[in-house]
Formats: sequence, structure tokens, C-alpha cells
Amino acid sequence: MNATRPGPVVALLAALVSVFLLMPLIAVIPVSFTPTRYLSVPTDEWSLRHYRTLIDNPAWAQGVWLSIRIGVLSSFIATSLALFFSLGLWMAQPRHAGLMMGMALLPMVAPPVVSALTLYFFLISLSQVNGVVAYDTWAGVSLAHAVMTAPFAVVLITVALAQVDRRIDLAARSAGAGLFTRIFRVILPNIRFGVLTAAFLTFVLSWEEIGVTLFITSVRAITLPRLMWMGLRDNIDPAIAAVSVVLIVLVVVVILGKTAVQMLLARRRKEH
Amino acid sequence: MSRRARALMLLAPLLLFLGLAYIVPFLGVIRWSVTLPQPGLGQYRAALTDPLVQSVFLRTLRVCVAVTAASVLAGYVIALLWVRGGPVQKLLVELCILIPFWISVLTRAFGWLALLSNRGIINDWLQWAGILHEPLAMVRNEFGVIVGMTHFLIPFAVFPLASSMRNLDERVLMAARGMGASRARIFWRVLVPMTLPGILGAALVVFVFALGFFVTPAILGGGRSVMAAELIYLRIFQSPDWGLGAAISVIMMVAVGGMLALLLRQARPGGGR
Repeated sequence: MNATRPGPVVALLAALVSVFLLMPLIAVIPVSFTPTRYLSVPTDEWSLRHYRTLIDNPAWAQGVWLSIRIGVLSSFIATSLALFFSLGLWMAQPRHAGLMMGMALLPMVAPPVVSALTLYFFLISLSQVNGVVAYDTWAGVSLAHAVMTAPFAVVLITVALAQVDRRIDLAARSAGAGLFTRIFRVILPNIRFGVLTAAFLTFVLSWEEIGVTLFITSVRAITLPRLMWMGLRDNIDPAIAAVSVVLIVLVVVVILGKTAVQMLLARRRKEH
Repeated sequence: MSRRARALMLLAPLLLFLGLAYIVPFLGVIRWSVTLPQPGLGQYRAALTDPLVQSVFLRTLRVCVAVTAASVLAGYVIALLWVRGGPVQKLLVELCILIPFWISVLTRAFGWLALLSNRGIINDWLQWAGILHEPLAMVRNEFGVIVGMTHFLIPFAVFPLASSMRNLDERVLMAARGMGASRARIFWRVLVPMTLPGILGAALVVFVFALGFFVTPAILGGGRSVMAAELIYLRIFQSPDWGLGAAISVIMMVAVGGMLALLLRQARPGGGR
């Protein structure tokens, strides 16, 4: 085992890459405490004014709330459509499965900017016939995010289904179970974890989506990333640093927590 | 048969949804590209001959090649430690890959602004240490764009590379070691050739992603080194020339489609899992 471990050269290079990967995340921290109104590194005075802005300026809370609503709705649409689709492929095994899969994954592999322009076209066309699901509305953004995230849900649920033993479905079928029973009583309990992961991932992808959102919103549907973008483009606002620190802390806590739980479970399994 | 037909019905909602919300609108974009401002293929001719658009295409190609090379190199060493390192190394590397991966692209681009801009941390230090007297321009140019995009794309290179390294039979490495090959020799003569499909796959994935990528170049390029994806945005929203924006999109979609077809063909004969 030890003979094939990477040597010191690889370890050193990998350490450098790791530093490169973490560097911008760490750099945000001091900048968020600057007392000035422009991007700078605090020297003698540290200030919490940019964190106070996040609380005092209602735009931030509104952005967070809007992003949560869009994330939940788009995750629900994307996950349920992907679930039905993956179940259909798994159960019926149709002849053109590859082609249909290709179509379902199209928004994931197409260049993001092309998808953005396509969804812009889609929503301004819808705007001509209604005002609810339209350009620059939260329902319209949710629909567009569902298009972008559904392929990821399809991949995760298909992978989960590939691990289900087909014979349990066969047994249920020959015992006379209908389609509804087979799906909800037999298959779903076996892919529960995959479906939940898909719902979570599609929520996160929508929560931080910016490329498409830029094309399909202007003044009303200002999601959190859209608000950050506006603070980044012209005059760099250090409040972005404060938001970024909050988001980084959130991600680090979740990932470290998950790793710790996994290690604990692994140790407990080893003891038994 | 009717039971199978009912299962087939499950496929319909997603396919209908994507058909209406994605495929039909994309046909609309194609229509824009041949009808705005006047019918014909003029926009395609403009996209392929206009010196400004050409220089943007050239810069896009140059930046994408640099980003691909840097991401695959960096991804290779870190994937190697992730797959073959000791338990502690594995855990640390995994955290270094996953934490940036889950953090929004805006936060990551902002982090690079905080490091590289004129009043940023690196210029601050270099001037404080007396190495520089004038700030060094590291953003609002291609350098900043390449650094930011490489940072974004390293995890996407790591995943295919790690999977091809996991598929490699460890006994091959032990055999090479047992015959007295040095570490460097094993690396260059055994490891790299045997993971070549993974390297090509990773390079293609990163290149395709880099091509259509828009947020990081827009922030770190600061409007100075415009890339193809940003050009589409500018042509739609700033100097309304929808036909040209649509034509560039169609060209980009065709290019990416071609590269993906290449990837699929390359992956089919026993490549990976």
C-alpha cells in the first residue's frame, strides 16, 4: 500500500493547489471588516459596518427571502418532473432511452449563456400572454431555474434507481400491484435518499444561480445573487464581502458537520 | 402492453416541459439569428468576419486553452493525493475540493478581486514590503480571468481524473515499484499513460464549461477582456443587436455539440465506468 502512495513532490504540489483553492475564500474575511466604503484591507481600524448594512438595508433580507421562495418552488418542480422521468425510463425501458436521456440533460451540457438567452426568449414570449409567469417575476425565474436544475436531479435519481434490485419490482408486479403501489410503496422507499439529495442539490443550484437570472430579471425579481452582482459590477461594495463571509461560514459548517457525522458513523460501524 | 404504456406516460411531463421551455425557445433564438435585423445569413457572416468579434473569439480560445491546461494540471496532482494519499491527506484534500465547489461563483470571484485588485491584499503586501511602488494590474485583464476561471473549474477536472485513477489497478503500480522504477518514472511512464482517457475527458469537460462561462470573466475582466459569452450578453442588453447575439449563441451551441459528440465517442470503447 505504502509503495504506491504519492511521493513528496506530488504532496507539495497538491498542497500548493489546496492553498490556491482556499485563498480567495480566506481573503474575503479581512476585507469584510474594512471601515471604508470601498474595497480595501483594514489596517488599524476594524469595523462591523458592512455587517450592520446587511441587517439595516431591507434589500438583503428581501433578496434572501425571494431566493428561498424561488429555490423551493424550482426544486419542487425539477425534482418531481425528474423523478417521474427517471421512474419511467427505469420501469418501461423504452427503445430510445438514450435519446430521451440526452434531451433531458440538454440544459446541463449546453453552454450556460446559450441557455440563458433561450430562457430569456421563453419568458419574454410568456410575458406577452400573461403577467404572472413572465419575465422579471418570481414564478418565471422559478420555472427557468427548474429547467436548468432538472438534469442534475435526473442524474442523481437515475443513479439511485440503478442500485435498486429489479426483482423487488417484479415481485410486486406479479403479486398484482398497480403502477401507483409499485412506485409509492415499493420503489420510492428504496430511492428515498437519492430523491432527497436531488431536492437539496436543485435548491442549492437555484439559490446561487446567476448566469440565467441576469438575463431574465431586471428590477423586480432581485434574488440574492443578483443583488451581489449589482454590488460587484461597477463600484465594488464591501457589503458583498460581509455576505460572502456569512455564506462561506454556512457552507463550511454544513460540510464539516457532514464529514464529522460520517466519521462517527464509520467508527461506530467498525466497533460493532 | 397497457401497463408499459402507463409507465411510458411518466416520461411525458419532463420531456414536454423541456420541449416547451427549452427546445422551442431555442428554435426561436435560431430564428432571431436569421431574421434580425433583416432576413438572411448576414449575422453569421458578421460573426465570422467582423474584426471585433474575431478578436473576442481568439481571446476566448486563448483563455480557454490556458484555463484547461492549468485546471487539468492542478486537478491531476490534487486528484492523485485524493485517490492514493494517506487517510489524513485524503480528508484534507476532499475538504479543499468540496468547500470551494459548494460556494457561489460570485463569492469566489469576489475573493479574487479582494486578493488581486489594485487595493487588494497582494498589492498591499507587495507595496508594504517595498517590492513594488506602483500596484501591479492583476484584474481587469486576461490574467485575472484565467486565475478566476481556473479556480472555478479545478473541481470539475478533479472528478473525472479521480474516477480514472480509481479504475487503475494498483498492482500495476506495485509491479513497477517492485522492478525498481523511481517515483518520477512510474508517474510519467505508467500513471500518466494509463489515465490518459481521464485526462482527455477532464480537458474536454473543462474546455466546454470554460467556453460558455460568463460570470467570472465579466467580473474579473472588468469589461476590458470580453469573452464570447459576455459578448452575447452585451449584444442583447447593452448595444441591442439581438441578431448577432443569437448568431454567436448558435455558433457556440454547435461548437459545444461537436465537442460533446467527440467526448461520447471517446468514452464509448471501454473508457471508464
